[in-house]
This record gives sequence, C-alpha cells and structure tokens, in this order.
Amino acid sequence: MGVALTRSAQWVAAGHGPAALEVTPLNEAILKEIITFVESFIYKHPQEAKFVFVEPLEWKTDLEPSAFNSGYVVSETIVKSEEVDKNGQPLLFLSVPQIKVRSFRQLSCLLFIAGDTKLKEAQACIEANRDPVVKILGSDYNIKKEDSTALNILDKIIRDDDLEGKMKMKIAMLLKQLDLHLLNHSLKHISLEIRLNPLAVKKDIELLKRFSGKGEQTVLESIEYTSEYEFSNGCRAPPWRQIRGEICYLLVKPHDVETLCITCSAEGVFLNGGKTDDEGDIDYERKGAVYKDLVTFLREKSAKFSENMSKQDLSSNEGQQKEKDQLEEAPKKEETTTFQKALSDSDKSTLEKNQINFGKSQMAKRLEPSLNWKATVDYKDHKISRKEGQEEKHGGKQLEKPRTSVSLGRAQLLRKGAEKTEEFVSESSSESEEDEELPDHRQEANADLPSEYWQIQKLVKYLKGGNQTATVIALCSMRDFNLAQETCQLAIRDVGGLEVLINLLDTDEVKCKIGSLKILKEISQNPQIRRNIVDLGGLPIMVNILDSPHKSLKCLAAETIANVAKFKRAQRVVRQHGGITKLVALLDCAQNSTEPAQLSLYEARDVEVARCGAQALWSCSKSYANKEAIRKAGGIPLLARLLKTSHENMLIPVVGTLQECASEENYRAAIKAERIIENLVKNLNSENEELQEHCAMAIYQCAEDKETRDLVRLHGGLKPLARLLNNTDNKERLAAVTGAIWKCSISKENVTKFREYKAIETLVGLLTDQPEEVLVNVVGALGECCQEYENRVIIRKCGGIQPLVNLLVGINQALLVNVTKAVGACAVEPESIMIIYRLDGVRLLWSLLKNPHPDVKASAAWALCPCIENAKDAGEMVRSFVGGLELIVNLLKSDNKEVLASVCAAITNIAKDQENLAVITDHGVVPLLSKLANTNNDKLRRHLAEAISRCCMWGRNRVAFGEHRAVAPLVRYLRSDDTNVHRATAQALYQLSEDPDNCITMHENGAVKLLLDMVGSPDQDLQEAAAGCISNIRRLALATEKARLVARWVQHFQVHRRNSNIQVEIQDHGSCSESRNFFRRSFITSMLPFDQHWTSRPIRIKLKNLMDSPVNQSNFRLRHVTI
Amino acid sequence: MNRKKLQKLTDAFTRNCKHFNKFEVNCLITLFYNLVGEGVERPGTVIGLDRNAFRNILHVTFGMTDDMIIDRVFRGFDKDNDGYVNVSEWINGLSLFLRGSLEDKMKYCFEVFDLNGDGFISKEEMFHMLKNSLLKQPSEEDPDEGIKDLVEITLKKMDHDHDGKLSFADYEKTVREETLLLEAFGPCLPDPKSQMEFEAQVFKDPNEFNDM
Repeated sequence: MGVALTRSAQWVAAGHGPAALEVTPLNEAILKEIITFVESFIYKHPQEAKFVFVEPLEWKTDLEPSAFNSGYVVSETIVKSEEVDKNGQPLLFLSVPQIKVRSFRQLSCLLFIAGDTKLKEAQACIEANRDPVVKILGSDYNIKKEDSTALNILDKIIRDDDLEGKMKMKIAMLLKQLDLHLLNHSLKHISLEIRLNPLAVKKDIELLKRFSGKGEQTVLESIEYTSEYEFSNGCRAPPWRQIRGEICYLLVKPHDVETLCITCSAEGVFLNGGKTDDEGDIDYERKGAVYKDLVTFLREKSAKFSENMSKQDLSSNEGQQKEKDQLEEAPKKEETTTFQKALSDSDKSTLEKNQINFGKSQMAKRLEPSLNWKATVDYKDHKISRKEGQEEKHGGKQLEKPRTSVSLGRAQLLRKGAEKTEEFVSESSSESEEDEELPDHRQEANADLPSEYWQIQKLVKYLKGGNQTATVIALCSMRDFNLAQETCQLAIRDVGGLEVLINLLDTDEVKCKIGSLKILKEISQNPQIRRNIVDLGGLPIMVNILDSPHKSLKCLAAETIANVAKFKRAQRVVRQHGGITKLVALLDCAQNSTEPAQLSLYEARDVEVARCGAQALWSCSKSYANKEAIRKAGGIPLLARLLKTSHENMLIPVVGTLQECASEENYRAAIKAERIIENLVKNLNSENEELQEHCAMAIYQCAEDKETRDLVRLHGGLKPLARLLNNTDNKERLAAVTGAIWKCSISKENVTKFREYKAIETLVGLLTDQPEEVLVNVVGALGECCQEYENRVIIRKCGGIQPLVNLLVGINQALLVNVTKAVGACAVEPESIMIIYRLDGVRLLWSLLKNPHPDVKASAAWALCPCIENAKDAGEMVRSFVGGLELIVNLLKSDNKEVLASVCAAITNIAKDQENLAVITDHGVVPLLSKLANTNNDKLRRHLAEAISRCCMWGRNRVAFGEHRAVAPLVRYLRSDDTNVHRATAQALYQLSEDPDNCITMHENGAVKLLLDMVGSPDQDLQEAAAGCISNIRRLALATEKARLVARWVQHFQVHRRNSNIQVEIQDHGSCSESRNFFRRSFITSMLPFDQHWTSRPIRIKLKNLMDSPVNQSNFRLRHVTI
Repeated sequence: MNRKKLQKLTDAFTRNCKHFNKFEVNCLITLFYNLVGEGVERPGTVIGLDRNAFRNILHVTFGMTDDMIIDRVFRGFDKDNDGYVNVSEWINGLSLFLRGSLEDKMKYCFEVFDLNGDGFISKEEMFHMLKNSLLKQPSEEDPDEGIKDLVEITLKKMDHDHDGKLSFADYEKTVREETLLLEAFGPCLPDPKSQMEFEAQVFKDPNEFNDM
C-alpha cells in the first residue's frame, strides 16, 4: 500500500498545508480498492482482523457519535468500542471529531457505519496517516525502506517465534499484495486517460521547462504561460474559453523556429493566432492541425526539438534496458518464495492462492517444511550465513520490481502516446511492434547462425579497426555477400555494422564513403534496416553528402535516400534537414554543358545524378509536406524538363514523382502550365510497362481537371489508353489505365472518343475477375459513360448490367460508390431498369442505404432516384421493401450534406406516390425536412425544396411545414445564386402558400419582392411557380388589408352607429370591383361581435345579401368557428 | 632560370604531354624549380628532387603517410632510377597523378604494389603493405592474424586465377569491377580533395591577382 500511495496516488502539490489527496478518478479508484480490501478483510481473514495495531490510525472524522449503535458505548461526543485490547483500551475511540482505530475489524465496521461517506472517511484516514503500514505493524515494516523489508520480516520471524510475529508477517504480506494490486490497478487507470487534462499538461510543461534554456543540448529555448493566473481547476485559460475545453496558452520558443503561440485544450494541442499586438490578447482561432500532446506538437514543429528529445529518449531507453535486464535476472533464481509469486503474478486470483499458501504454511510448520517456506526453514537449519546474502538480493530485487514497473509504465505511456501519433502519420508498419521484434531476431540469430554471419562480423571488425586501406578492402569484400538476402542485411546490423557504415559517411575519405554507401544502398531495401538507419541518424549525413562535389557520391547518397525514405518519419527527416532542396538541385543537370568524354575516377554523369535525385524525390514525395517542399524548391519545371528525355530509367522516377505529387491541386495546375501532359501522353506509348503505368497514374490524378482532360484528348492520349485496356496481365498497370480512362471520361468528348475506340465494350468485359483496384476504376468509367444514351445501350447490349448489379453486394466503399453511380446511370433507361429490377438490383441499392459509409449511402440514394422515377409501378415496388420507407426517412437525421441531398431527392421521387407519401408522413418526414431547412448548401437546398414541395401534397403537411418553421428559411433560398434552387424553392413556396399562415410568414420575410424578380426569369417552371405563389400571397394580403380597413370602419361605426352615412360608405367600398367578397367577408367578421340590436337596418340587409353567396356562407362559418 | 629557357622547356613538354596545356606545364615547371631551389646548374650533376624532398611533397601536398608506399611512389616517378625526380619525370608523374586515365593509373598502381617488380603481387608483399592497416588489438594472441586474414580476404576477392598471387590481369579485372580497389594496398594516388587543392593552388591564373 505504501508504494502505491507514495508513487501512484496523486497528492496535491506540497506547500498547501497538510497533505491532501487530489480528487482525481485515479485516487478515487485507489481509495475504492482500499475500501473493498478493508471491508472484505473481516470475512477473509477473521484472525488477522482482530490484530491490534501497534499505533492507532487517527484522523478527523465527520461521523456523528449517534451513527454508532450496537457494540459501542455511545455518549454525547464520545464513542468507545466494546471490543478492547489486552490492556482494556477500546479498539475504536471517537472523540468528536478525532477518531482512533486500532484493528481491521473496527476499521471495517467503521466503513460499514460510514455508508455513503465511506470514500471521504477513507480519504481522510489515508491523508492523516501517510504511512499506514508502519502504524499498523510498527516501524520494522516500513515499506518505504523497500530493500530491507523482506529481510527484516524474515528476521523477525526467527527472532520471536510467537503468534503475534506470524500474524504481523501475514498482515504485512496481505498489505503488500494490496499494494501490488493497487499499483496494477492504477496503471490500468492511467492507461485509460487519453484526453489531456490540466494536470497532464502542467506536468508536460514543467518537464519541458526543466529541459529548456540556452544552449545546444536543451530541447527548447523557452516555454512560458501567457497568463500567470491559474484557476482552481488547473486551467489558465479565461473561463469563457474553458468551456471549449481550452486549458492554457503557451509561448514556446524552439531553437530553430519562431516563437509559437500554442493552445492546449482537452482535445489536443494546436497553434493559435498568436498574441495580438495591442493588449496582449490572444487570437484564439485555431491555425493548424490538432496534435495529441505538446511533445508531439513540438516534434512536428521543430526539428531541433525532436532531435534533442530523441537524445533524451535514447538515454532513458538505455536505462530502461538495463533495468529490464536486471528484472529478468531475478526470476532465474532457483527458489521461489511466496513473495516472488505474489509479485510476479498480479491478478486477484493470487490473493486467494496465497491465502491457501498461508494456511498451508502454518500447517507445514507443524508437519513438514513446505517449499514456499523453504527460506525460513533454511534459516532454522542454521544455514543463515550462506543464505543471507542471497536473500538480501532477493528482497532488493523483488521490491524494486513494482516500482520500476510503475515509473516505467508511465514513461512508456508517454512515449507510446508520442509514438501513436507518429504511427498515425505513417501508414507503414508500427514502430513499437518492430522494436519488440528486434531482440527476437537477435535471439534467433544466436540459435542458428549462418556462416555469413561470422564472416560479416569479421569484416565489420576490420571496418572498425582498420585504416582506410583495410576499410576499403573490407567494404569491397562485404559487397561480395548477397546483400539482397535478409540474413546478410540483418547480420550487418546485428554485429554493429550499421553504426560503422554510417560513421564512415561522416569522414573525409571519399573511397570509404562510396564503399559504405554502396552497401547501405543495398541493405536499405530491408524495411527494418531503413528504420535502423534513421534511428542512427544516417539521413542527415546522407543529405549533407548531396552537397559533395563528387557526383558518384551524390548519386549513391540520393539512391540510398530513395530506399530509406520509404516511410513517413524518414521522409520528414529528409525534409527537416533540407534534403528536398538539395535533391531538387540534383535534377538541375546542365544538359547543354559538354561533359568530358572520359569520366574521371569515381565520377558519374550528370544525367545519372539527376536520375538518382528523381528517384529519391519519388520516395520522398509520398508525404504532403514534402510535395510542398519540392514545389517550393522549384522542382516542377525541372521535372518537366527531365520528362523530355528519352531514358526510360530516368522517366520512371520522374513520372513517378509527378504522379505522387499530382494529388495536390497546386501540382495539377503547374503540370498543366508546364505542358507536362503532352509528354505523359507520349510516354504512354513507350514499351516499358512500368513507365506506362506511372504515366497513366499521373493522368488519372491530373484528369480531375477539365482542361487537362481536353489536353489528353488533344495530344492523342485516349487511343493508347484504350489500347492498353486490352492487356490485362499487369494488374497494376491495368488499374492505372482504367483509372485514367475513368477520369478522362468525365468529359463528354472523351467518352465519344472512347466509344469510337470500342473501349466501352472492353470495360464491360473487365467487370469480372479483376482485382478491386481495377474494378473501382472500370465501374467509375462506366458510370461516366452511362451519362450518354448510346453508351447505356452499348452497356446493356454487352450484358454489363448483370455484373454491375452483382457488384452491389461488395464491401469496398470506393467500389460501391462507383457501382451505385453506374447502376443509377443505367436506370435512366426503362429497359435497363427492368433488368435491374429483375436482378433485384433495386433492393440491393436500398439495402446499401444501411451502409456505414456516408458516401455509399448518398450514392445509393442518388441511384434510387432514377430507379423509382422510371420504374413501372414504382409505388408498389417501394412499398414492397419492408421497412424501406422508414429507413430512408430516418436517413434525414444524417449530418452529411450529400446524404441529405440524395435522400431528399429520393423522397421527392417516393412522394410522387400518394400512398407512399402518406406512409412517409407518418414516419415524420415533415419535421425532419423542416429541421434541415436552415442550410447554406445549394445542392441540399434544391433537393430539400423539391422534397418539401412534393410532401405538401398530403393532408395538412402544408400547415405542418409552417408549424415547423420551414417557410422562412425557404424564402431565403431565393437569394441563392443557383437557378435550380430558385425553381425548386418557388415551387415549394407555391405549394406552401396555399396555407394563409405560410403566406403571412412569406410576406414577413420579404418573399414577394424576391418572387417578383423570379417572375421575370426565362425559366418557365420558375415563372409559373413564382407567379402562383405571389398571387396566393397577394390575395391574402389584400384580404388582410381590407379587414384592417373594415375594422377601422367598424370602430367608426361603433361610435356613430346610428349614423346613416355609414351605409353609403360601406356600399362604396362594397362596390370596389375585384375584392368585394373579401371586403364583405371581413366586414361580416367585424360585425359578428355586435349585438343585433346595435346593427342598423341597412347593414343587416347587407349581411343577408352576403349570405346568399355560397362562398361567403362557408367563409362566414369558417370565421365564425375561428372566432 | 631565365625566361627563355623556361619558354623552351615549356614548349618541349607541352608537345609531349597529352594531359596538360601550355599554361599548366608552365606552372608545373615553375613549381618544380621553386621546389628544387635555385641550385646552380652544373653539367654532370642532376637537378631534381631527391627522395627526402619528394617524400615531403607527397606527405604535405598529397597527404600520403605510408612510408613504404611513398618510397614506391618515388620509384614510380623516378623512371631512370637515378635517385632524383627531374623536371621531365615530374611533369610526367603529375600528369598521371592529376589527369591519368584509369588504364595508366592501374599500371602505375600495380607497379607501386609489386614491391619486387616480378610482375606479381605476392601474399608476402600484400602482408608487407597491409601490416599497419589494422589497429592492434592487445587481446589478440597473434597480432598478425588479422593481417593474414585480410590478405586472404583480398586474395579471395582479387585472385581470379587462384594461383595465390595477383597478376596484373587479376588486378585489372578486379579494378574494372570495382574502382575502389585501384589503390587496394595503400594510397598511392592523391585523394580527390588534395588533388583539387593542389590544382587550384598551382594552376592559379596569375592574371587573377592583377584583377584584384
């Protein structure tokens, strides 16, 4: 318990009066465990529970004396337990508020009495008794003096053989088990904490502060809070920012970058807008990505930081390794005492197991010496002197274990956290895994070493201890091994060859550097070696070699970098050490300069240098930041120039780099500007499959852009693409080619060309027996082609629909998106929809609405629209999908705009069938649609408005839309720039305007003016809808106007009710030609409250006349009812 | 030395030497006479760099340290074996040093390494040349074991006809495969860095100073 309490429990920082436990989940968990232990103590160990503590546990309690009942002598302020010790002292003594407890039994009872306040009591107890074990068992058992405890305990047992000693011993062990259990528990707990909390942040910052300052070795120059004031919860952010989870703001000055203004929030760490000049306020806006923690953030921002940090890591790693070694030694000892068992196992079961052992041991003492107690027995057998030393060792080791495991555990966690984010960045295999693999490999190697191992070891020895002549011989000889073989690669590493090879790079010896690089280049094919090279800091040295005047050195260094930089971390290191700029500089081979006919020793041609540079850039270009760096270093024009050469081995890395980079918008623009497409198309016609593949891939990436697609066509790129379709053996190339065709076919002109080249038939043929990468592209291409009638016919005639529908059952997200799109496009043809329906394609589409990926959902919903629209008996078909309507209505709860738009479109189509409209109304489509109304997305607006206008056609949906406040936002849609939105909205408003309340809302929101503009639109539907809507609004407005007028008249009339003039004036108004009925209606309404008696004769007559008209009769009733 | 004689010498060497232009020859001759010192030119005495002076140059200028190799290099330069490197040997030697083709260099290096001049590099010769190439490990019982092993490694690598010694053919084949092994048994050519420095220093255009 002692260890756990001192090491793991989170004590409030010293200097705040009496020690107190912080209220943290961890502490709470520890306390709970302690409580469980104490509570169960009396049942599990009834004997030990009676043991009287050496000193009482004493603390201030909140318990009232009245809470105690049987078994206690209770007075006003004092409680004594009836249980007493040998001297007649009570085992529990409460004198408000001080309480003293002297046995586990009493402790346990007390906790029971405390009930809900258990936790508080336990906390108070622990706080007041920082070292409970000493109090319970006496100072001999001071757990803090870890190394000697075991010995002391054993000592004690020999000295006094009495019962008490044994009892103490047992309790000590039980407490130790509890301690261990707590440690394990808290470790588990720590590992669950992922979100940043103020405490963790604070600790991080304090740690970093300690390693900050001037000088080379520190990790940072400075790290400061922006605010000195710390709130009681540990945050420094102002309260209104704390709501957003922000904890504090920091000004960090790394060695190599400008001062960073950072926000630490619960979600992570990110760059904010920095201090604003005037009042020292902070621009809280997030300016960069969110990182997991401060260390990860700084690693990314500052190369120097990560370098120095890794140095720290390395040293701690070494320490860790040592400790591990020690720990592993321990179990090798022959004797396994109960202690060790208790320590090596950690789960609860050992608790019970050991209990049995205890019981046994007691018996064993009487009967026969048990193995578990051998040590003790040995002592008795007068072998003390011999065993003592060993025992001492044991004690030391054993007790060390939990400590290291906890502190290391924390350290590991911290590092894990850092690593995790790194893994997050890198897609390649995780590092921690590999680190664990490492020792395994070495062990395996020991088991069965190939002869090469020893030979390589010898050579490395000469490398280490030889002058340059011997080194060169050793290097050359090493190259005679099959370096492509993993055994040799790992052998070089395992005998420490990598370090030597990398060290050689740092010397002035050109020959040694060349020799070393030649080997590194070969062995860096191995992913493990790559990582080792990066870990050993090989990359910065190689990057420096890129500046060397020797071209062959440059070449080799670039080639090695190309091999090593296959994973993210390496790519980052290359960039951070300025490698990208240097590599780009290699591309700039002076093509026009006359090269010497004869190359001097060790030299290489400029072209070769450029090729190696391109190769390295290709590897590096897999990361976004590197792509940017290449662009900024002016790499694109150089690549474009190299693309004009005709060396295949040069073209492949160049095109490869371009293809990687073309994923960025900037690059695509530059590629267009540099007229690269032309050369890409030219190289499509090359004989080299790899080159074809990369060219097609690059076109695939670039053809997102319309101009590029046109360029591909203009340079005659479509024909080679179509031709390459026929060769299906090379799947990678096929995937790239189909991808290029897909993207190119987004342009209609290209599709026409493809039809000419019979590519569509070929594509249909590729729908079966192809890997998914190919299928995705093929289906994508077909989806684009299907936009045209002729192609749809071709596809149907070639039997393409069947395989397409078959693909609807796949699981590949990208494939499903494309397949649904293609099927949807086919479904525009009534003939095709028949086939699709017969193949159960519609049902499959519908079930894809349940797919977890929003893209698939959206795509499926889009595909359903033409299916429903064009199918015969669409309503019946839709109803036949059990639960289908509910499913689709519920999709309106999605938060993906595309899904929402597509579902709205589907609903529009579904709602064409009255019965289905009724069903979806029952499923609550109206409130769901209304909720979506406040959107700025034009696509969603359009389809939403269409859906609303359709759904208006049922029951009192019109009114319901108004009630759910859908009208006002709809009016705002009219301000959008999209005519489609206008049309849909105008139609929806027209439908809604049938309800007077909606008209009022529209009018209030200024719809009339907007609609008036729409009336002038060339779009006929829009015109009509807008006009209809205006007329509805106008009519009501007029009525209201009149009503108001009449109301005034009536007021007037009330005052001068016997004045006959009124009749005349009313009649005048009544004769107002167009809106007589409205007027009259309003008039009636106004008159109704008046007593007949008050009504003058002429008006009564009027009333009577009005009632003759059937319209007014009904209106009269209506008004009557409403009033 | 008078200008006229220098001019004459320069012209003569420029005609013979394929790798240097006139200016470079001029520079090298001037350097040579600077190094030799203004000795009085008497008939019968040879004017040239003696072994010690030449050793010094190789050491300081080209960074060669191995006495035995330096000695062999001197022999390589001193074609007429008179113990002095005269101006013609100087120019020819440096021509190989600075501008020699791989073939020339191979021939030269082989001669340097073939200590007894019998046309083969024997194991003993290799041992001799490599004996200082390894750091002595005090723990090892036989300090020469490493060297012997290294010789074996070298032979394995270079002795293509397996006759236990290196012929020029063996050597040539190896070097063509792996240029790094040109100076397999010790540096006998200037390393690229000192070569560049030397050229920069010697072939400095005198006009540059005027400009400054």
